[in-house]
Amino acid sequence: MADTVLDIRNLRVTFTGGAKHVRAVDGVDLAVAPGEVVALLGESGSGKSVTLRSVLRLHPEAKTRIAGSIVAAGVDVMALTGAALADFRGKTVSMIFQEPMLALDPVYSLGQQITESIRKHEPAVSAEAARRRAFELFEQVRIPSPERRLDAYPHEMSGGMRQRAMIALALACNPKVLLADEPTTALDATVQVQILLLLRELQRNLNLSMIFVTHDIGVGVEVADRIAVMYAGRIVEIGAVRDVIRTPRHPYTIGLLSTRAQGGRLSGNRLTTISGSPPDLANLPPGCAFAPRCASASAACREAAPAPVDLGAGHVVRCIHTAITA
Amino acid sequence: MRESDNVPLLEVRGLVKHFPVKRNLLGRATSVVSAVDGVDFDLRQGETLGVVGESGCGKSTTARLLMHLIEPSAGTIRFGGKTVGSAALPLKEFRRQVQLVFQDSYASLNPRLTVEESIAFGPMVHGTARTQAQARTHALLERVGLDPRRFAGRFTHELSGGQRQRVNIARALALQPRILVLDEAVSALDKSVEAQVLNLLLDLKQEFGLSYVFISHDLEVVRFMAARVLVMYLGRVAELAPTEALYTDSRHPYTTALVGSLLSMNPDRRTEAAPISGDPPNPIDPPPGCRFHTRCPHAEPVCAAGVPGLGMRAQEHWVACHMGDPMSGHSKAPARAA
Ligand SMILES: Nc1ncnc2c1ncn2[C@@H]1O[C@H](COP(=O)(O)OP(=O)(O)OP(=O)(O)O)[C@@H](O)[C@H]1O
Ligand SMILES: Nc1ncnc2c1ncn2[C@@H]1O[C@H](COP(=O)(O)OP(=O)(O)O)[C@@H](O)[C@H]1O
Ligand code: SF4
Ligand SMILES: [Mg+2]
Ligand SMILES: [Mg+2]
Repeated sequence: MADTVLDIRNLRVTFTGGAKHVRAVDGVDLAVAPGEVVALLGESGSGKSVTLRSVLRLHPEAKTRIAGSIVAAGVDVMALTGAALADFRGKTVSMIFQEPMLALDPVYSLGQQITESIRKHEPAVSAEAARRRAFELFEQVRIPSPERRLDAYPHEMSGGMRQRAMIALALACNPKVLLADEPTTALDATVQVQILLLLRELQRNLNLSMIFVTHDIGVGVEVADRIAVMYAGRIVEIGAVRDVIRTPRHPYTIGLLSTRAQGGRLSGNRLTTISGSPPDLANLPPGCAFAPRCASASAACREAAPAPVDLGAGHVVRCIHTAITA
Repeated sequence: MRESDNVPLLEVRGLVKHFPVKRNLLGRATSVVSAVDGVDFDLRQGETLGVVGESGCGKSTTARLLMHLIEPSAGTIRFGGKTVGSAALPLKEFRRQVQLVFQDSYASLNPRLTVEESIAFGPMVHGTARTQAQARTHALLERVGLDPRRFAGRFTHELSGGQRQRVNIARALALQPRILVLDEAVSALDKSVEAQVLNLLLDLKQEFGLSYVFISHDLEVVRFMAARVLVMYLGRVAELAPTEALYTDSRHPYTTALVGSLLSMNPDRRTEAAPISGDPPNPIDPPPGCRFHTRCPHAEPVCAAGVPGLGMRAQEHWVACHMGDPMSGHSKAPARAA
């Protein structure tokens, strides 16, 4: 596809290190267009981070079985090795995390880390030029007194500032794709909004393609063009934000949207719930993984994994009972 | 024991906790974190009081002070009209009336004890016979939605997050307390499981006549659970009001910013501007006067000069902001009565 910057097809990731094999991602297809933001929404353990980490090939090779294809900006990610893989990370595709200390090195100043990353990927750039770009990046992510803060160490900054610094580092080499793994989850509400707005602005200005992992539907609505809902390693529903939020068709999405304790609700009234809990990935049921918790499930649901049903306008649902949920 | 309706179950007055942090060579503290700095509130019989605020504002410290897990630097707590720690109400007697459930259910359950042992432990320490404690444990497990035949013998690591939190709730209830302090008790749970636990908490409150102090950074969940809400900022109370008044008619600029940070869930009404900028300041060296003045869009010189008192600005609606005080000299304060 010409209008695709990131194309993930039939991704399967199985962790083989433990006593039982864990099938964390089970056939994910996801294509992201230039300048498009897809929110990957799901509960803990549904495979969101594993999907993202696959795009940068961050899984331990020896203990992971990974299949399918990933093409990013024309590069066959599965075929990358050694220096080419190191160059790909950060330059073509970059990632930000919930915990900035995962991305930042505690013993180097932020300025050092950014200039080093620039010069690693672009050896022709002089130290002064790299420092100048680091300064501009700090301005872009709105770190106050950027000149002084470039010499600060990560632990000297507050949570929101560290998050901004991590974003600056991720953008240092002008990547085409930014992967965001819950970058605002650990932040306070008033700071989360600031970071979401910043990311939205940078994404627009730089025409970045993004996958934004979150378990908070509200965050997805703020940043994304499309929402993909994951459950037990599969994308069970995907579509334009408006369609998924207003007319969800997978019983899991419907359940998730109605369990929210939202303002409009009469306080103290019982909440609608989804019974049970997410499945054990080492012991997945055949068929639809949501069937044991689903009120609409029938015998057929338990037999084979439901094929994608295209409802039009890119709204695709993996459920055989979309007639019931309409 | 039965209090008359107008004596609050819990009365907290002037609660202060300062933690010494940096120390000099002689071991003397050279700076302190004022984690909680003069907090007043009541908890009424049968109510849920929500407590919200950003991380580090002193919510958990308040919880631990309520439980007397740490000594307050100053302040008093009365339970049913009696001062905690006085001859009329010794600490030990108070302690079993108040139980704490917190977020990190892994850390709060002993990994070497089975579910049944963890729950029965408290009552046995307080002198309940083993068979009786076991019977109560099984009844409680049933009550929190865990089949005792399947779960009584399990260890912590064999439970999901939601199941662990149910065990924690059962364990807290085993001593038949009057008050549960829930400190981010559902924050680590997935939304689908969170809803189940919130429903359970609503049912248990009815059934056992409990009162809750419900601490959370999630404003939506607090709005759903609480009758009144206390907003904390850097160790102090910013606002305390009936829930709907707080969410729809906030009087403190910080509360307004917090409520304004709630995401709309509406793709046609995305957030366009952040209500306030910057991060919360460091509690080691908090700003003088109103602690919010460094981020407040309405701050004036009086705000840095004097600490605003907590005053009643409307029915049951308490606010600590100079703008509500006619005597403060803030230009937006209401005119003084003639
Ligand atoms: N290196 C690994 N070895 C074994 N299992 C793993 C490994 N990494 C992840 N998993 C498992 O894969 C599943 C999916 O994990 P993943 O981190 O993608 O979840 P997630 O959707 O990001 O959840 P969360 O919201 O909690 O971050 C989980 O069951 C997890 O325990
Ligand atoms: N034992 C301690 N020693 C030093 N500082 C502490 C201690 N406990 C809490 N604090 C500090 O007190 C402040 C309030 O903390 P806490 O009550 O945990 O906040 P919250 O629960 O609202 O996030 C924070 O700045 C925290 O770092
Ligand atoms: S007292 Fe002043 S700084 Fe504090 S909240 Fe009110 S207006 Fe803002
Ligand atoms: Mg994750
Ligand atoms: Mg806390």
